[in-house]
Amino acid sequence: MRIEVGYRDEFPDGRALRLAARLKRAGVASLQRITLCDVYLLSGYADPGNAVLREVFCDSVVQDFWVQRSDDQPRPHSADWNAVIEVTRKPGVTDPVGITAADALRRAGVVSLPERPVDAAGDGSRAAAVPSAVQSARQYRLVVDGSPDRQLETAQQVAAALHNPLIERAVVLAPYVGAAAAALPLAYSNRIAASPAEVLTFDLASMQPHQLMQLSRDRLLSLEPPEMGAIRDYYADPATTASRRAAGLPAGCTDVELEMIAQTWSEHCKHKIFQAHIEYREDGDDQSAPQHIDGLFDTYIRRVTQSVAAGRDDLKSVFHDNAGVVAFDDRTYVCFKAETHNSPSALDPYGGAITGIVGVNRDILGTGKGAKPIFNTNVLCFGELDTPVEAIPQGLMHPRRVLDGVHHGIVDGGNQSGIPTIAGAVLFDDSYVGKPLVFCGTGGILPARIDNEESWIKHIEPGHLAVMVGGRIGKDGIHGATFSSLALDEASPVSAVQIGDPITQRNMTDFLLEARDRGLYAGITDNGAGGLSSSLGEMAQHSGGVRIELDCCPLKYPGLAPWEILVSESQERMSLAVDPAHIQELISLAAARNVEATVVGRFSDSGAVEVFYHDRPVARLDLGFLHDGLPRMQLTARWRSPRAAAPCPAAPGPSARLVTDDRETLLQLLGEPNIASKEALVRQYDHEVQAGSVIKPFVGVGADAPSDGAVVRPRSGSNRALTVTHGICPRYGDADTYHMAMCAVDEAFRAHIALGGDPERAYALDNFCWPDPVLSEDTPDGPYKLAQLVRACRGLHDACVAYGLPLISGKDSMKNDARLAGRKVSVRPTLLISLMGVIKDASRARSTDFVAAGDHIYLLGATRGELGGTSLEKLLQRAGVAAHLGAPPTVDPRSALALYRALHAAIDDGLVASCHDLSDGGLAVALAESALGGRLGARVDIQTVVTSLPATDGASVQPGLPAVTRALFCETPSRFLASVAPVQQREFEAALAGHTCVLLGRVVEQPVLQVRNGSELRLELGLEQARDAFGRLNGEIV
Amino acid sequence: MTEKAETLPGVRAAAAPAAARARVPVMVLSGFGINAEIELADAFRRAGASPDIVHIGDLAAQPRLLEDYRIVGFPGGFSFGDHLGSGKVLASLVRAELRTALQQLVRRGGLVIGICNGFQILAKSGMLPDLDGDWTPCVSLIHNDCGRFENSWTECQIYSAASEAWLRGLGRIELPVRHGEGRFVCADSGVLRQLQSNGRVALRYRGRNPNGSQDGIAGICDPSGRVLGLMPHPEAFCDRLQHPKWTRGSDSEPTGLAILRNGVQFAAVL
Repeated sequence: MRIEVGYRDEFPDGRALRLAARLKRAGVASLQRITLCDVYLLSGYADPGNAVLREVFCDSVVQDFWVQRSDDQPRPHSADWNAVIEVTRKPGVTDPVGITAADALRRAGVVSLPERPVDAAGDGSRAAAVPSAVQSARQYRLVVDGSPDRQLETAQQVAAALHNPLIERAVVLAPYVGAAAAALPLAYSNRIAASPAEVLTFDLASMQPHQLMQLSRDRLLSLEPPEMGAIRDYYADPATTASRRAAGLPAGCTDVELEMIAQTWSEHCKHKIFQAHIEYREDGDDQSAPQHIDGLFDTYIRRVTQSVAAGRDDLKSVFHDNAGVVAFDDRTYVCFKAETHNSPSALDPYGGAITGIVGVNRDILGTGKGAKPIFNTNVLCFGELDTPVEAIPQGLMHPRRVLDGVHHGIVDGGNQSGIPTIAGAVLFDDSYVGKPLVFCGTGGILPARIDNEESWIKHIEPGHLAVMVGGRIGKDGIHGATFSSLALDEASPVSAVQIGDPITQRNMTDFLLEARDRGLYAGITDNGAGGLSSSLGEMAQHSGGVRIELDCCPLKYPGLAPWEILVSESQERMSLAVDPAHIQELISLAAARNVEATVVGRFSDSGAVEVFYHDRPVARLDLGFLHDGLPRMQLTARWRSPRAAAPCPAAPGPSARLVTDDRETLLQLLGEPNIASKEALVRQYDHEVQAGSVIKPFVGVGADAPSDGAVVRPRSGSNRALTVTHGICPRYGDADTYHMAMCAVDEAFRAHIALGGDPERAYALDNFCWPDPVLSEDTPDGPYKLAQLVRACRGLHDACVAYGLPLISGKDSMKNDARLAGRKVSVRPTLLISLMGVIKDASRARSTDFVAAGDHIYLLGATRGELGGTSLEKLLQRAGVAAHLGAPPTVDPRSALALYRALHAAIDDGLVASCHDLSDGGLAVALAESALGGRLGARVDIQTVVTSLPATDGASVQPGLPAVTRALFCETPSRFLASVAPVQQREFEAALAGHTCVLLGRVVEQPVLQVRNGSELRLELGLEQARDAFGRLNGEIV
Repeated sequence: MTEKAETLPGVRAAAAPAAARARVPVMVLSGFGINAEIELADAFRRAGASPDIVHIGDLAAQPRLLEDYRIVGFPGGFSFGDHLGSGKVLASLVRAELRTALQQLVRRGGLVIGICNGFQILAKSGMLPDLDGDWTPCVSLIHNDCGRFENSWTECQIYSAASEAWLRGLGRIELPVRHGEGRFVCADSGVLRQLQSNGRVALRYRGRNPNGSQDGIAGICDPSGRVLGLMPHPEAFCDRLQHPKWTRGSDSEPTGLAILRNGVQFAAVL
C-alpha cells in the first residue's frame, strides 16, 4: 500500500522553498517549482481503511492524503507538475521514519498479516522474507521548463543533487504524465542477500606470508604481516591447540575469530601508531644515535597527566574508560570525550555526521556507571567552498555538498537528542578536499556516588548476564573499525556507512538513566566500532571472560553470518552487565520504555571469549592474546628543518594592495571563511536545550558577534559552570608541528581564561587527525609525517605541563588520505584541543562584545609579530602569491600562565567589561569583532605595540612587511583584548601590573573603527562595512 | 528553594502522594523523545510548585494518575522524532488514550501548558484551540518558512486577557524559540477570525516573525484560558544568566518564570 502526504497549496512547504534555493545555487536552471510529498509504503499489514491511515499519517488541517492499494489504480496527476523524483533508502540502510511509522501503526491497532514464507524466487540467492514493515520515501514534484528531453535532463540533475547513490536510490519520471503511474511501486525491494551461515576455518599454520596477507586484504582486515604472523603463531601454539580441542573447536582459525581479532587489533581500537616504538632522527644529524621513543602515548600524553596530577584529587578516571571523568563539585562529576567520523562522512556526509554525534553520546552514556550527555561540540574541516568542480577528483563530493550533509547530520543528531550543541568551529582548507574531518564531542554529568560507590567504577563479575540494549543488528556498519584504518578509495565498502537514529537512542538513554538510578545493572559500555565484539570483549576483561550466544542476538532481518553478528556496528546499542537477580525488572522496564533489551551471553572467569551459535562453539580466544598479543610496530621518523621565509611580493597588484592597505586587508580577513561568521549554520543548532546556557555561541547587541567558547551551568540551582573551548591551527604546522600543537593548547586555554574560567581547573582532550605516517610505497614521506607527529606530541606535552592542564581523554585517526583517480590528497596534520574547564561563578563570565562607550581598551600579552601560517599568509597564498611569511607563532608558556592568572583574578573581581582572545587575524580582527558585538566604535593607537615589536632578523620574520601590518595581523598567541570601565581603570591596571598590558584607546559611540600609529591614521572602517564583510559567508552556506 | 531543588541530573523526583503536598502538584510529561522535561520541572519548582516527571507511557497505562495533579506540562522535544510530522504520533496517542482524563482535569479547573513540541501536540490532538469543545483539530504548526530549524531569542507581545491563569499582568516578553516547525497556520480564514475575535491569541512575535506564522501568532489558548500552547520556551528564561545579553548589564525580569508562576499561583487557590 502506498500513502502520499503533502501540504495543500495554500500552505507552502518551507522545506521546498529552501530546497529550491539550494538547487538554484547548485546551478540547476529551468526548474520552476518543486514540492515535497512524504511517502509511506506499507507491506504485510491488514488494511485498516482510510480513516485510520489518515489519523496516523496526515495532518488534515493542512495536508492532503492519497492512498494507492493496487498497481492498476491511476496515480494523481495535475498540470502543476511535469516531473517526479522519488528517493528511498537502499535495503538494509536504517530508515528511522519507517521504524516510527511502524510503531505508530501498531499503536493505532493496525495488525500485521501472518508472515510470508521465505521468498526464494529469482536470482538464486537466498533472500530474506521481511515481515510487516513500512518504507519511507520522499517524493519531489517538479515543474520544469523546456522540451521533454530537457525535462528529463533537469530532473536527473535534481535527482543527483537530492540523493546519495551509496545509500539511496532514486526513481525519475520525466516527463511525467498520469499514465506513467505504474512506474512508482507499491513497495521497493528490500531484499538483502543472505550470507552463508557456515563458519569458515582457515588453516593459518600452512599459509605462506603472502597468502596470509592475501587473506587480510580479501577480508578487509587491515592487518599487517607481523600481525598476521602473530595470529598464525597463536594457532600453532600447542597450548592453543589443546584448549581448542577440549572446547570442540577446529585447530584452524574460524572466520568469527579472525574478524574479532582484526577488529580488536585495528588501528581504530588499538592506536598502534601511538603505541609503536619509534626511531626519531633530525636532518643533518646522521652521526649521533637516533632518539628512541617508547610509544608516543606513554612518553608524551600519559606523562602530561601523570606530571600534573600530583597533589590534585579532581582527576577521577582518565584514559581507561570511554571518557575522562573529573570532579565538578562535591556531589557531581563531569566527563568529556571527542571522536572523529571522517571516512563515513566522506562517503555519506549526513549519515557519517549523525552517527558521529550519537556515537560519542553513547561513549558518555557508557562512562563509569553511566553519565547523562549535557552538551555536544563539533569542529568541522572541509575543502574550500570555492574549489572548482573540475578540481574535485572523481568519486569525491564537492566540499559544499559535504558541508550541507555534515551540517544537516549535526543538526538532527544534536537537536533530536535534546543535547545542546554549544561550541565548535568550521575550518576550510584545500587539504580537506579528500577527507573531511568531523570532530564530534560530548560532555556528560554523573552523580559522584551511585549505590554507595564511586560512580566511575565498573563492576562486572562472573555470572553477570551480558545484555544488549537498543537497536537490532544488521549488515550496516560491518568493518567500520578496520575500514577507518584504510585510505579512502573507489573500493571503500558501502557497508561501512550507517545512519544514526536519534529517537531510538533517546528512548534508550531515558531507559538507561532510569535503570542506573534503580541500580539495575552493574556495568555498561557502548557498542561503537567493532560492535559486540568490542563491547563484550572489553567488558570481559573485568570479569575474566565471557560466553556469547550469537543466535540470541536480535537481528533486523535474517541472513547474517555468525561473524557479521559479532562485529556489526549497527547503531544505537549499549551492552550491560546485569546481576541475574535484576534481569526481570530490567527487561520489563525496557519494554515499558519502548526499548529492546536481550540477554546475549554471560560473563565468566574462563580467561577466554567463547562464542556459540545454536549451541555450537564458533570461537574461543584467550583474553590475554586478544588484548595483548598484538606485536608492536617499529617505525622511523625523520625531521626536516623548517623552511626559511620566502620573499614578499613586490609586484603591484591586488595582493600587493593587501599588504599595504590595512583597511582592505582587514575587510578581506573578516570575510575569510575561517574567520567570517558561520551564524547561518550555528543558529540551526539548539544550543539552549537543558537550560544551562550562560554564554551562547553568538553574543552582543545583535547576538551576531562570535564568542570565544561556551559557558554552561550543568546543575539547576547552582552557579558553578563549565567553559568549553577549542584550539586548532593546522597551518602553523607547515613550518613545525611542535609550535602548532603548543598554539592549539594555548588557544583553547586562553579562550577558557577569556570566558572567566579558572586556570587551575581545566581539562583537555587531544584529537589527532593525521595523514598516514607509515613509510610505504604509497607514502614515501611517511618518516617526515611521523616526525611531525612526534613533534606535535612534544608540543602538546610541553604546553600542557607548563599550564598544569591534564589530558583526560583523546583519540587519533591516522589514515586521513584519499586516493582517487591516481591522485593522493592528504590532510594537513591536524590536532584539535577541546577543553572543558570550571568557572566557579557563572555570573563572573565575560563575553567578547564591547559594553559601553568610554570604556578603555587594553591589549594584554606581548606582540611578537609572527606571520607564518597565519590567516594573512593564507589570504596572500589564495590571491595567487606563493608567499611564506616566515616563522609561525610560538608560545611562551611561562609568561602566558602568569598573565592568565592575573587576568583571571581581575575578571573574577569584576574589573573587566568584555574580554576577547586574539586568534585568527590577530588584533585587527578581534577589535572589529568586539566592536561589532557592542554596536560601538573604537578609537585606538597601536604605536606602543608597533615600537615594541622584536626587530626582524630576516630569517624568522618576513622582512618586507610594514611593522604596523605585522602588529595588526600577526597571530602571536596568549593575547587578549579587554575593555574596562573608567571607574575600574586603576584597579585593573594594578591587577595586571608586571604583565604586558597596553592601553590602546577607548570604546566610542560613533560606529567606526579607527586605528592610528602615533600621528598616522592607518585604518578607518565603518561598522556597517565590517559587518557586511563578516556576515557575507552566511548567504552562501545556508 | 526546597530540598528537591538539588535534584541530581537524571534522577526523577520521588513520587510522594502528589495530592497531599502543600505545594501545587504539577505533572511534567517525559519519554518518547520529549527532551525538555527536566528544565520544565526545575522551572515549575522555582515557580513554587511541586513537580513530578512522569513518563507518558506510564500515564497512558494509568490515566487516573492525573487526578492528583492541578497542572500538566507538555515540554519541548522531538516526540517520536517528529518523523510523521512534528508532535503527530504523540498527538494521536494523547487523543486516543488521555483525552477523557485531560478534559476532566480542565473541567475541574486544572491547567495545561504545551511548549514547542508540547504546543504541536496540543494543536494536532485538537486540544487547542478547542473552539467547539470537541477537540476538532483546526490549527497546525508547520515547517518554518525558511525551511530550517532556528534557535534565537524573540520578543513577544502577550495578550493577558486570553489567559487569566497563565498571562495576567504580562506585556512584552523575551524568550527563545528553538524549532523547525513553528509556523502557526489555521485551517481557513474563519478559524483565524474566530481566534482573533474571541481573544484566543495569547502571544504574537514582535518585530521579526521567526517562522512565517499567520498573524505573527506565537501561542494560543482554549476557551477556558487554562490551556496554553506556545512556541517560545518559558522554562528557558527563569533567571538573569539565561538571557543572551546579561553580560551587557541587561537586567530584564525573567519573564518565562513569570508565566509559570502565574499558573502555579492560579492553581494554588483551586
